[in-house]
Amino acid sequence: MTFRPILAACALSMGLALPATADEDPAIAARQGQFKLYSHNFAVLGGMAQGRMDYDAGAAQVAADNLYHLTRLDQGRLWPEGTDSDAVDGTRANISIWEDLDDFVEKFGALQMAAESLQDVAGDGLDEMRAGVGAMGQTCQACHEAHRDEAS
Amino acid sequence: MWRRLAISLGIVLLVMGAGLWWLSAPDPLEADSLAGIEGDSDAGRDIFLAAGCGSCHMAPDSDVDPLLLTGGREFPSDFGTFVAPNISTDPDHGIGDWSQAEFINATMRGISPDGRHYYPAFPYTSYVRAELQDMADLYAYMMTLPADATPSRAHDLGFPFNIRRGVGLWKALFLRDEWVITGDLSEEEERGRYLAEALSHCAECHTPRNALGALDHDQWLRGAPNPSGRGRIPAIAGEGFDWTAFDISAYLDTGFTPDFDVVGGTMAAVVNNLHQLPTSERDAIAAYILRAR
Repeated sequence: MTFRPILAACALSMGLALPATADEDPAIAARQGQFKLYSHNFAVLGGMAQGRMDYDAGAAQVAADNLYHLTRLDQGRLWPEGTDSDAVDGTRANISIWEDLDDFVEKFGALQMAAESLQDVAGDGLDEMRAGVGAMGQTCQACHEAHRDEAS
Repeated sequence: MWRRLAISLGIVLLVMGAGLWWLSAPDPLEADSLAGIEGDSDAGRDIFLAAGCGSCHMAPDSDVDPLLLTGGREFPSDFGTFVAPNISTDPDHGIGDWSQAEFINATMRGISPDGRHYYPAFPYTSYVRAELQDMADLYAYMMTLPADATPSRAHDLGFPFNIRRGVGLWKALFLRDEWVITGDLSEEEERGRYLAEALSHCAECHTPRNALGALDHDQWLRGAPNPSGRGRIPAIAGEGFDWTAFDISAYLDTGFTPDFDVVGGTMAAVVNNLHQLPTSERDAIAAYILRAR
């Protein structure tokens, strides 16, 4: 009988010692999927900007339209407390997102605006699109610099 | 008998102590090695960007002037937390009253104007391979940058790492000005090696360190634990690193990976700097990186 509380305590402490993993958390999986969709579409525009592929106004516009809509998705359920990299293995979301939420929200707002500007110019020619791609990349970088960990 | 043993032991300890003291003494540049070398501040700007001085020495807050080198960024490590000092041109709290020789002894020998060792968190371990002319140009450029009177903060290191004199022994063991990647290199690869090994100090983060904090040359650029404890600094050589020269050069220019993920963390500042250099310099680094594979 006296073993049961001890075993329970051991089990509990093991549970506490082992961080949860990202694939157990639907919110983390969903937001990582969201970022995959960002880069999947950004690759079309960035690829043209870097000369990896020829500029195609139609394809550029489709990708920029997608990015516009993807960055409008409501983020409300994607960032629950306790899904930072200190608490969960397999996410690169730094605790600073929650500690300085205003900054994170502001940087996300900058991304939304850059996506809108890119949508406006993506079909207008290579140089116009390239400027929009660079500006949007800057908003990605600003947030990654402040709030994303190195991959493990 | 015991007295004689004690005396002998005392002599041995004294000799060892004197030896260690001698070994750990600062080893500055020869005084006449800088004779006739005059810096060009315009050329120094490119050295400043390639050497990435601002990446560590600008203020910790985001959205700050990257040319105001107030220091204050913290660098956690296995040995304690290093704090980047003020290297703005303030004469009291920065480097405003340093001579060219004092500056170059700092960057290439890790010695302060008052003759003390700097910790190798300051990558003089890489800059030791630089050309004197480039360091003179860097000095000329940095003397044109703005001043800020924020005092430098002390490092927070545990014993015995808080004994600066010990860094002299570390230097005797590990401070070398030879190239790491050797052999028959093309002109472009050599230029890339100069940029990567002497100025941009890629290996300082991308190469793992031994227990004393020296870079493991056998694992050159093979990736390393992040000293801050979060994640890993990725491998940029070896198995599994399959970027092309175009991929590397484009990443250093735009921050976009071949998969169009976007640079972040401490590498973002590196890209911001290298982006401002001529394309040929980024291409040279790419050629070197592929040679280091």
